[in-house]
Amino acid sequence: MLTALLIMTGIALILGAALGYASIRFKVEGDPLVEKIDAILPQTQCGQCGYPGCKPYAEAIANGEADINQCPPGGEEGIRALADLLGREFKPLSEEHGVEKPKSVAYIDEQTCIGCTLCIQACPVDAIVGAAKQMHTVVDPLCTGCELCVAPCPVDCITMEPIGETIENWKWKYPVIEIRKAQ
Amino acid sequence: MIKRLFNFHGGIKPASHKSESADAPIRPAPLPHRLIVPLRQNARASARCIVETGERVLKGQRIGEAEGTLGTAVHAPTSGHVVDIAEHPMAHPSGLDTLCVVIEPDGEEAWIEHAPFDYRSQGRLATLTWLRDCGIVGMGGAAFPSHIKLGSGKGMDTLIINGAECEPWITCDDRLMRERAAGIMAGVRILRELLGARRVLVGVEDNKPEALQSMREAARADTDIEVLSVPTLYPAGGEKQLIRVLTGIEIPHGKLGSEYGVQCFNVGTAHAVHRAIEHGEPLLSRVVTLTGNMAQPANYEVLVGTPIEHLLPLAEPREDTDRYLLGGPMMGFALPDLSVPILKGSNCVIAASPALFPPPQPELACIRCGACARACPADLQPFELYWFSRSRNFGKAQEYHLFDCIECGCCAYVCPSHIPLVDYYRFAKSEIWARERDVKAADQARERFEFRNYRQEREKAEKAARLAAKAAETKAKLAQKPAGADGDAAAQGEAAAEDPKKALIAAALARAKAQKAAVQPRNTDNLSPEKQAEIAEIEARRATADTGTEPSRAASEEKS
Repeated sequence: MLTALLIMTGIALILGAALGYASIRFKVEGDPLVEKIDAILPQTQCGQCGYPGCKPYAEAIANGEADINQCPPGGEEGIRALADLLGREFKPLSEEHGVEKPKSVAYIDEQTCIGCTLCIQACPVDAIVGAAKQMHTVVDPLCTGCELCVAPCPVDCITMEPIGETIENWKWKYPVIEIRKAQ
Repeated sequence: MIKRLFNFHGGIKPASHKSESADAPIRPAPLPHRLIVPLRQNARASARCIVETGERVLKGQRIGEAEGTLGTAVHAPTSGHVVDIAEHPMAHPSGLDTLCVVIEPDGEEAWIEHAPFDYRSQGRLATLTWLRDCGIVGMGGAAFPSHIKLGSGKGMDTLIINGAECEPWITCDDRLMRERAAGIMAGVRILRELLGARRVLVGVEDNKPEALQSMREAARADTDIEVLSVPTLYPAGGEKQLIRVLTGIEIPHGKLGSEYGVQCFNVGTAHAVHRAIEHGEPLLSRVVTLTGNMAQPANYEVLVGTPIEHLLPLAEPREDTDRYLLGGPMMGFALPDLSVPILKGSNCVIAASPALFPPPQPELACIRCGACARACPADLQPFELYWFSRSRNFGKAQEYHLFDCIECGCCAYVCPSHIPLVDYYRFAKSEIWARERDVKAADQARERFEFRNYRQEREKAEKAARLAAKAAETKAKLAQKPAGADGDAAAQGEAAAEDPKKALIAAALARAKAQKAAVQPRNTDNLSPEKQAEIAEIEARRATADTGTEPSRAASEEKS
């Protein structure tokens, strides 16, 4: 009886020690779920979800504070990916957070720009160059199309221009059988 | 010695249709009224325009400078005037616009100064730069920059020269080999030296005996160049397939021939290299086959930038032609617009009629017969790729080596259900590329956003530190000299010893006072009595209105 107890205690101690060691040795920094959610989010940093950036929104989703359908730039595809990852049901984009729009970039009308730097301060990815009383311009490959620079502009010289199709970003279409009108 | 050749898996034998145009010698195409030279020669890279509208350009003058890693230069194909630099449709399945330099030829064909390039004394790197600036790209169709393919010049064992021309209808390489074999061989020798290859294998399909003959004659003196007759089987001209046939090396999925010591160049590219090095001529023209439903199928030497609609009358298309294909019937595409210019990689224009190329039959369901897998020269499972692409399961499609598909069209050719398989693969490939671009952009945005947050935090901390340091400094200064020159300030200083903010205000006040005492408006000396009286009057008026004006403002008012 005593031997049995001792053996069981011994095993418990050894396993406990092993587990304790493993929890220190293989400790994971940060929350891997947040990282995974953040990887799906489009990184527009537009704040339309109600959080200051994609990472805070990812954290909110991971903590169960936010729903998965609050990201308009991610669109339906993003929601599906999130639903897949989190094992939840798909739901349509919540209307209060905005609607899915074609991808666009900000464009500054350089004739009208007065060089107030307000848009530079608003840009979450530092995609606008310029200085006080100097003309500003958007570096379009860096622009995420978040529209955060549009509102602060005092002279309304920023417009959102949809990204057109070019030879570089052109895609082959899904093969469909053409429906022809009967002759 | 008869070398043993190898076989590649699959392949098909479509009707070759070479005889229509194979006997037509290469003739120079007449100069068009306008040349539209695209600065972009393939979908990957575009050159930077270095000419202006109205400028006169000479034949061979550089009009676009190489930009980026995959960039090559673009040149004026003839002398004339630049009349426009504008967006124009490009010979691409999308039919989208790209920036083009429009040149109106003056008919003089005045060359820019050019001289042979001494590649032996200039060194490898200078030679590769020279080739880039001569705009040398692969002439087999993809227009990939040749200087990149020549690479580091290390570890290359075999140079393969591709004269297979396996696609039906096309005869431009055939004619080039028949007529300009010596030039091709000269280019081959240069390529061999630049590549550092031990041996050279030239592969020509056995349906071109004349080309084989003339290539053999041109290479008679070289012991290390072998011209081999390759069995006619589409796609023997595919890079991996030709490497397999000639050397027996089977390049694994996801690898390139260069990783196995083999590099492949087209015969046209070899000829262009010869012109660039031994004559100093940039790549300005290429041989284009005009065939299909035409009364006079022909091979023309065409300047890059010649609109296709200008070429067509030369071969007299028949009346029932309903569309034109650029490239071969297997891998080419229907031209969305006939005004598009010939590119460095455009090898053939085929007039298609319903009789020659019947419209595709309706797509039926896949019956899983496996014919496509037997025909696939890349050793893939086309039916699996089809299912995954069709259901947009792109991850799975990549697992099945979608990117090893060379889009040769063998699977679609043999498919009994007439499924346009290649269209599905192209769709899946471009979707995957688009996603990769998006992921890259998202990663960049994330990084920039995080850096901006970090920068803002840092700036805040720096500002706070700066203010704290300044406050401490003032506090120390005031503590050091409690009794200053000004009794008033000294009293304030004492009070401020307890409150740093007050100290700052006191210091600023003292500074302002000192400044007020020191500054004398300069324009108050040597004034006429009337002016003095005027000033006195104004001063009096101001004193009644407002007692506390600053001297600087008063001065400015005096000036006005």
